Amino acid sequence: MSVVRIPAVLRPSVGGAREIELPGASVGEVVRELVARHPGLGGQVLTPDGDLNRFVNVYLNGEDVRYLGGLDTPVAETDEVRLLPAMAGGRA
Amino acid sequence: MAAIRALRPVDGSAAPAGPGRSYPSILDVIGGTPLVEVPRMSPNPNVRILVKLEGVNPTGSVKDRVALAMVEDLEARGAIGSDSILLEPTSGNTGIALAMIGRRRGYRVALVMPDNVTEERRQMAALFGAEVIDSPGSQGSNGAIALAKVLVERDSRFVMPYQYGNPANPRAHETTTGPEILADCPEIDAFVAGLGTGGTLMGVARYLQRAKPGVRIVAAEPLPGELVQGLRSLDDGFIPEILDASLLDARMLVSNRHAIAALRDLVEREGIFAGPSAGAVMVVAARLAREMERGTIVALLADGGWKYLSAGTFAKNLDEMEPELEGGVNWW
Repeated sequence: MSVVRIPAVLRPSVGGAREIELPGASVGEVVRELVARHPGLGGQVLTPDGDLNRFVNVYLNGEDVRYLGGLDTPVAETDEVRLLPAMAGGRA
Repeated sequence: MAAIRALRPVDGSAAPAGPGRSYPSILDVIGGTPLVEVPRMSPNPNVRILVKLEGVNPTGSVKDRVALAMVEDLEARGAIGSDSILLEPTSGNTGIALAMIGRRRGYRVALVMPDNVTEERRQMAALFGAEVIDSPGSQGSNGAIALAKVLVERDSRFVMPYQYGNPANPRAHETTTGPEILADCPEIDAFVAGLGTGGTLMGVARYLQRAKPGVRIVAAEPLPGELVQGLRSLDDGFIPEILDASLLDARMLVSNRHAIAALRDLVEREGIFAGPSAGAVMVVAARLAREMERGTIVALLADGGWKYLSAGTFAKNLDEMEPELEGGVNWW
């Protein structure tokens, strides 16, 4: 089971949880398991084609998975998967 | 690179005049920043890390390059006149740079800033004559951008350079920062910079793609605090228009705590005083250095540490400081 950290904007769709332990051997398996357990997340995280929504970034141990293997990136038991909204942050 | 500027001989006699020693105006001092090796920051003896000190620009940040390029672009296109007011959403550095350039060139400047930015930034913007318009701090830079877009629709005098969507921003780095880096460090294997507007990373990446293909381009980004995540839905999110994610090779999150710890290491070990985003960049450079067998990394430090002193960035206990860092607007 890896730990998935949920951003504030998505917490209402997962019963308020900040983090959830989920099974899965790849980022895609973990994210699809998350969406299966919390259908309210559906279209917010994944597109109808099953790709990541462009306004959500997924990080494996702090590194954006789009630059690793995307949804096919392998996930180990102790890994942290973090979902974050795309935003300007405090940087300007 | 301008080697040593305006260094007076130790005997006190006047420095001889010549190119690189005197400048027609403060705007001509922008860029040409030094590249400094920081061996005590590399965890791998076979990997060199060099830092580009953007804090030595006239207003103390890399944004002098961007602001000058955007103003000159507006002038070249005839998009700005004597009654225009430059309006920009900014949490600090871009605003201060625009304010200084506006003063020098004779334009009014209005800045939309989150109301929780450090006092030094407001003071510096005011010092250069800019008017500051507050946006809700809880909405971070997203809130400032949204408010600026509303204001510019309401008053035709407002001209918004808009660093997030203005190609002059990355172009400034493609034509100045990138060439400076390669000239000073032809052996570069990887480039690390903070991801804000994406201007630095995009411009340097485009230049290096042509001049030295294969250099890894790596973004360091702050882990946003809960406060600035106050979006209603993901669709309220924001991706800067100038950001072409395909030009990056990796993108790494850095917690505020790790960034500030690295920033303090940089002062203690190397005597380099920079802003919090520089700490994040150093964390990512060290992570890369551990992964590499050998090679050379150039890390761009976007600003100096002066504007962050009042926030306790260099003094407070990290445990006490963590909740205050949540807002994230003290980054840059």
